[in-house]
Order: sequence, then structure tokens, then C-alpha cells
Amino acid sequence: MAMTFAEKILAKYANKKSVIPGEIVTVHPDHLLTHDNTAAIIQKISKELDEYGIFSRQLPIIVLDHVIPAASEKTALNHKNIRDFVKKHRIKHFFDVGNGVCHQIVVEKGLALPGKLLLGSDSHTCSYGAIAAFSSGIDRTESAALMLTGETWLKVPQTIKMELNGKLAKGVYSKDLILYIIGKISASGANYCSVEFHGDVEQFSVEDRFTIANMGVEMGAKNAVFMVDDVTRKYLNYLKVDPSSYNAVYPDINAEYQEKLSYDLTKISPQVSCPHTVDNVKPVSEIEGLEIQQCLIGTCTNGRISDLQIAANLLRGKKVHPDIRLIVLPASKQIFEDALQNGIIETLVKAGGVILPPGCGPCLGAHQGVLAPGERCLSTANRNFKGRMGCKDAEIYLASPATVAASAIHGKITDPRREMKK
Amino acid sequence: MKVWKYGDNINTDMLFPGKYTYTCSTPIEIKPHLLEDLDPSFANAVKEGDIILAGKNFGCGSSREQPVVGLKAVGIKAVVAESYARIFYRSSINQGLLLIECPQAVKAYSDGDNISLDLEGGKINISRKIFSFPKLPKEILAISKAGGLLEYTREKLKKKK
Ligand code: SF4
Repeated sequence: MAMTFAEKILAKYANKKSVIPGEIVTVHPDHLLTHDNTAAIIQKISKELDEYGIFSRQLPIIVLDHVIPAASEKTALNHKNIRDFVKKHRIKHFFDVGNGVCHQIVVEKGLALPGKLLLGSDSHTCSYGAIAAFSSGIDRTESAALMLTGETWLKVPQTIKMELNGKLAKGVYSKDLILYIIGKISASGANYCSVEFHGDVEQFSVEDRFTIANMGVEMGAKNAVFMVDDVTRKYLNYLKVDPSSYNAVYPDINAEYQEKLSYDLTKISPQVSCPHTVDNVKPVSEIEGLEIQQCLIGTCTNGRISDLQIAANLLRGKKVHPDIRLIVLPASKQIFEDALQNGIIETLVKAGGVILPPGCGPCLGAHQGVLAPGERCLSTANRNFKGRMGCKDAEIYLASPATVAASAIHGKITDPRREMKK
Repeated sequence: MKVWKYGDNINTDMLFPGKYTYTCSTPIEIKPHLLEDLDPSFANAVKEGDIILAGKNFGCGSSREQPVVGLKAVGIKAVVAESYARIFYRSSINQGLLLIECPQAVKAYSDGDNISLDLEGGKINISRKIFSFPKLPKEILAISKAGGLLEYTREKLKKKK
């Protein structure tokens, strides 16, 4: 039977020849990602952990990234409890404060590989489709059960095929593309579905693909995936991943899709997602000139070296507008080191940027860069829900690193292509 | 048994307002605020064994567990909807709240109809019209029977010992 990517992976993990959409299968994922919420998860099962231990010390990947360094006694205690748990159960993949955002770590450390199955108690776990893994978000209760038994169930999703045709123009990036797609399909347009990206994808680096897959959940998708190609192989080579440690999985040519959509990339311009839903997307041209007070470059969506490089290129030798606070946070320690070495950090600091430690920072509104009522923030993150950055009376706009950097110079939303022409 | 009927895109804020997320976590704390901004009559009048009928994308929005914990605690027998947002769907199974996806049944229902459920057989009977929904595999039925994923997992671990 012809199968899509999701069907093939789930059949493989369910030890079945084939599966059909709607079918429910029992699977043992390769990894379970949890972050600061590990504290709440292990609390649910403290007795069982004492009695039975964890299923496997290799299964969990635990990254402290959401509120780091600890912002209060409560968060410090959570971190401490997690460290104790990690020691007691000899958890193999633990990344303490300062290593970076969980999703970046998973990919960067080669823990997500093509054809693998990963689950995580964070909705943006879908990011690893960038590297052709099947990955999806679950809740804390389920993560607790997985810690104990190593298994759970998954429903085989329908698949939507998205065909990307043509090249993006200069000044237009993968972030603009995914915002554009979400604007078209809506925040629930891919509910339950696996999304496959095909077509002219060789123009997208693994970092670009990460940005796109990361936002799959913002259209309701279960996972979003790019197939293995030379771009993927080169990236894995660079990570020194042994090619024998993974198996590329491809959909069959005559696989059945719920829907096939195609996009003409040559027509897409820089996009901005406006408050308070991610699918409220407009071309930058429609809201150019809107005053902003804070700019954020970073998060699991756009905090990688290529993102920081784009921003540095625009900000080199310039100053951020006096009414703007520019916050930059590299998505990982590795990225931070690279950005230090090639002068990106120096450029951004000289331009007036404030560098935060690698982690989630202001993205979830718990600390660092919280907004005041009436303020507007232009951010490279993935969500602009009311209150997301800690204040329900503030507004969050989402855009590419180039749009955010160009806007930081002018103090208002600006088409990055204007800065590039100069 | 009462049937509570709602429309499309009922999000988790409507089911349980976000402003209480960090102050209410036990069923007793959650109950008075259940469906507060959607149907103020619900929290007082809901009875054990009632059914919720809804449209598309039920439970969209945040992944907070309170709506599910609350509906389970007040004794909702099942939610029957055209579709669900996926994290809500999983959360419901994990908390032992039964969700049935059956768009035909939702469309066929009109006020006053009787609903009965045959869970093992995968059938809904709406005033003598019968609709099938895909049967949940034994494993998932077992999760709801055990009263939720943690209880189910505890039983499983005990048996293995
Ligand atoms: S950076 Fe933001 S979206 Fe990404 S994992 Fe952290 S809080 Fe979530």
C-alpha cells in the first residue's frame, strides 16, 4: 500500500506493514523531550519513580531553558529538583542552564535524526521535521507515563502535501513563507494533519527548514516535515553524524493526501503576523510605519547563526533607534560562541543590542523583556497571543530577523528591502 | 441526562478562563469556573452522566489541563464533536474524559433528541438513528476505564512486577 511520510514512520514504530489514517498505534519513541516543566512531571509520579525507576536513562532529553537563570525561589527550586532527578536516575541527555533552547539543542546535538520518532511536552516539538524526523507535542501527564513505560499511542494523521514552487526573492525568508502559509490556511487549517513540504526546497538550509517546521503547530499540524536531501545530509555531516545511524524515509509517489496545496514563492513579500492570532498575517507594506518599542531577535524559531548574521549585516555600523530596545538571544551556547567568534555579537552590541543568555528569554512572558501596557514588540518568535510576553495590554507582531533588524533602526515597522538597497 | 450543545472553535479559554490558570488546579477550584465565558448556566446545572455536543476544533488554544480535569470531575459522560484540537484530544484521554468524533451525529442532532452511547460497539443512537464512530482500540478504552493515563500506567506497572 502506498503511504505518506507519517504513515511510513508510524507503521515502522508500530511494527506493522502498513497503517491508515485514523488508526491508533502503540509506539516507543526514540526520545522524550521535557524542559523546566520536568519538575511538574516528575512530581506526578514521584512514588512510582521510587518504586519502578525510569523506563530508560537514554529516553529523556531534559533542557533547562524556559526561565533561566532562575527568576525566583520557586523556579530555582524546580531547577534543583530536576537536577536531583537527573542525578538520581542518571539521565543521559541533560542540558543545564545556558546550553540553549530545548528544540535547538535536540537538533544541534544530533538527537533528532531522519526517520526517528520523538515526542515532547512542548507544542513546538514539531520542529525536528526540519531534519526529517517525526516529532510532535504531548501534555505533561503523558510525558509522566512515558518516563515510566517508554510507550504511548498515536493516531495516524491525514497528510497535507505542500508544494513550494520558485525561489524566494531577496529580502524574503523562510519566516515570511511560513507566516504567509499560516495566513492562508488559518490557525486550524492543518489540524491533526501531518504536513509534508515538497518542491523547490533545496533553497532552504536546515536552519530555514527549522523555522518552517517549528511553526507547523501554529496551523494545528501534528508534525511538519522536509524529506532528506543533500541539504540534510550535508548538515548531518557537519554535525559528524554517522550516516549508518539513520534511515531516510520518503513518502511513496502515489501516496494518498488529504489535500495538495501549492505556493508560488516568487510572489511572496516580507510578512508580519499581527495581534493577537498567528494567522492574522499581512504583507509588511500594509503596516509599514507602525511605531514599536521593543525588538526581539531569537527564540527556537529564529535564533540561529544565520538569523543573527542577517541582523548583523543590516545593523553593521548603524545604531538602533533611540526609542527601541533591541533584545538578542542566541538559541544555543554553540550559536553564541560562533557569533562571538565571527564578530556578530560585537556588531549587534555596538548597534545597541542587549544580549540575553541562550534560552527562551522573553518569548513566554515569564521574565526578561516583559512588555508594558500599550507597548508594541516586533519579534522573531512564533506566537503573538494576548499576554504572551507577560502583559495582556501589549501587542506582539511576528516577522523575520531581517524585518526586525530593519525596523529596529527606524523605530517603526520597516520593509527590510529598503535597508538592503542602501 | 442533559445534552449541552455548542458550536465551532470552542477554545480552552471559553472552557476555563486563562486568568485562573495559576490559581486553580484541583477539581473543586476548577468547577465554579467551567465554561464561565461560554455558558454561565453550565457549572451549576451540569449533572453526572451529561453529554456535550459540539462542532469543529473543540478545545483549540492552550494546552492547559484544567478544562479536561474539570469536565471529568463534574461527570461529563462524553463529548461528541465534529473534530478536536489534538493536544486537547490527547489530554482528555489521559484524564479519562471520553471524546467521540462523529460529525454525522452532531449534524443529525436537534434539541430534545435522546442520545445513547454504545462505547464497546462504537455506536451513537440519536432518537433511533444510529451512527458509528471509529472504535477506540482496546488500549485507549482501557485508559478511560482505569480512570486516566496515570492510573492506567500504575496498573500496568503493577502487573509487570
Ligand atoms: S523559545 Fe518560545 S516557543 Fe520556543 S520553546 Fe522557548 S518558550 Fe517555547
